[in-house]
Amino acid sequence: MKLRVEVVALDCLMVRLFDQIAEANMPWMLAASESLRSAFAEHLIDLVPSYTTLMVHYDLNALSPAQARELIAQALIDLSPNARTRGTCHVLPVWYDLSVGPELSLLSQRSGLTVAEVIRRHSQREYQVFALGFAPGFAFMGLVEEALAAPRLNTPRKMVAAGSVGIAERQTAAYPVVSPGGWNLIGRTPAKLFDRHRDGYSLMQPGDTVRFEAVGHAEFINLGGDDTPLEAQA
Amino acid sequence: MSRLRIEASTPLCLLQDAGRFGVRHLGVTQGGGLDWRSLSWANWLLDNRLDAAVIEITLGGFAVVAEDECVLALAGADLGAQVDGEALAPWRSFRLHKGQRLQFTRPLLGARAYLAAPGGFDAPKVLGSSATVVREALGGLDGMGRPLAKDQSLSYSGNSVMLLRQLPAEQRPDLELDAPLDLVLGAQIGEFSGQSLFDAFNNPWHLDSRADRMGIRLLGTALHYQGQPMISEGIPLGAVQVPPDGQPIVLLNDRQTIGGYPRLGALTPLALARLAQCLPGASVRLRPVVQEVAHREHIDYLRRFN
Repeated sequence: MKLRVEVVALDCLMVRLFDQIAEANMPWMLAASESLRSAFAEHLIDLVPSYTTLMVHYDLNALSPAQARELIAQALIDLSPNARTRGTCHVLPVWYDLSVGPELSLLSQRSGLTVAEVIRRHSQREYQVFALGFAPGFAFMGLVEEALAAPRLNTPRKMVAAGSVGIAERQTAAYPVVSPGGWNLIGRTPAKLFDRHRDGYSLMQPGDTVRFEAVGHAEFINLGGDDTPLEAQA
Repeated sequence: MSRLRIEASTPLCLLQDAGRFGVRHLGVTQGGGLDWRSLSWANWLLDNRLDAAVIEITLGGFAVVAEDECVLALAGADLGAQVDGEALAPWRSFRLHKGQRLQFTRPLLGARAYLAAPGGFDAPKVLGSSATVVREALGGLDGMGRPLAKDQSLSYSGNSVMLLRQLPAEQRPDLELDAPLDLVLGAQIGEFSGQSLFDAFNNPWHLDSRADRMGIRLLGTALHYQGQPMISEGIPLGAVQVPPDGQPIVLLNDRQTIGGYPRLGALTPLALARLAQCLPGASVRLRPVVQEVAHREHIDYLRRFN
């Protein structure tokens, strides 16, 4: 870990902890987040984590840039990851099916694996939530194994159904709401990923871990899933 | 409680406050009035909290009829406001009698007007704010992120101040001011070519018509980033990002929360307030400023609201 603090705006500093995306970063990122939150306390407006960075947006009425830097330095002295800073483990049920996951066949062709094997491999791993972005509750997770990695679609879809599970490069994610999107779709989850009435709003938080569990059509519907095919929604 | 009925609106007329905070780590954008300075003055004219919910009217096309006697305040752009056909200039509070009609016709100076009501317009707070973000279906009158629409009812519950006020002329932001926009230099500034740095701060930039509440594209000499591809990271308000085509985009209140394009830095809040009042085709210049200096200037400006 080589720590840098960079200016990014009048009232924002970027804390750069790593140069590479890696699952091993996460315990450190979580520990740093927690420490920064408590150091800035009520003067923190937002803390935006991403793969290797934490952006600190602080209250410019309360702190000068120099004071903010000082707080960051203090917060990150003697940083060590510990068990307390582990995230929640989620199991997301997914109905993997060509009608809602049209790129299952593409991933199968690219990898030379059967569709069943693609599904097995995607659902066998435990993924880290690296960051949330793109839309409320949209969690960038990884890393999927090399064989399943695939670039984004050349032309993004105008509409992707809520709950759609996709792959882009070595990342995987589920769309919380209907939105445009260019990820390779492989299935759909009935889980409500963002709910304004839930504590914490987003099912997944940065630092959580996620495993996908293949379920059949009947169970998907039982869990509240919507099986309307993509084409019918467009 | 006093009420107004909306007689005309457009997708660019939105309920806004100072923005949604504390939830950006969940991918929720900031939102809020693009010209925070005019929004704050509109609230100041009524002794409101500076972040109370107001109506952001972009370009015009908005009209309301008072269903009760109302006191309101108007700040920001001159969008040809009229009360029953009589011109109403911004930067003042004013009274609407029952049945009177307030309408915004067309942009005469600036782009965005802010209409405030005593105590702020009534609206549910969603994730801590009433700011309307259409893309995220958050905020607004019904909390679902919809723009204001004809036949909706606006209400406020604050006490009407009896004394009408005008913002003293020397305090009114000059929307015609042709000064450069201050940009706090960011971490990747050294990764642009020397020629690009010269071009960025010495050539004019034209506002593209491709502009919305997420960002405004600047057209001019293409800038060349020579650094490594970036891993996505948090995007501050006002970040000036440079995609591979070299044409910078100023990221505004409804921007995505993280992104991976290199950045020159970020415009200061005062520069953003001025940019929010510029129409497509306008020409702007950028001026580098260091964080400490920009911070002091900003704090000085905020004292005016005391």
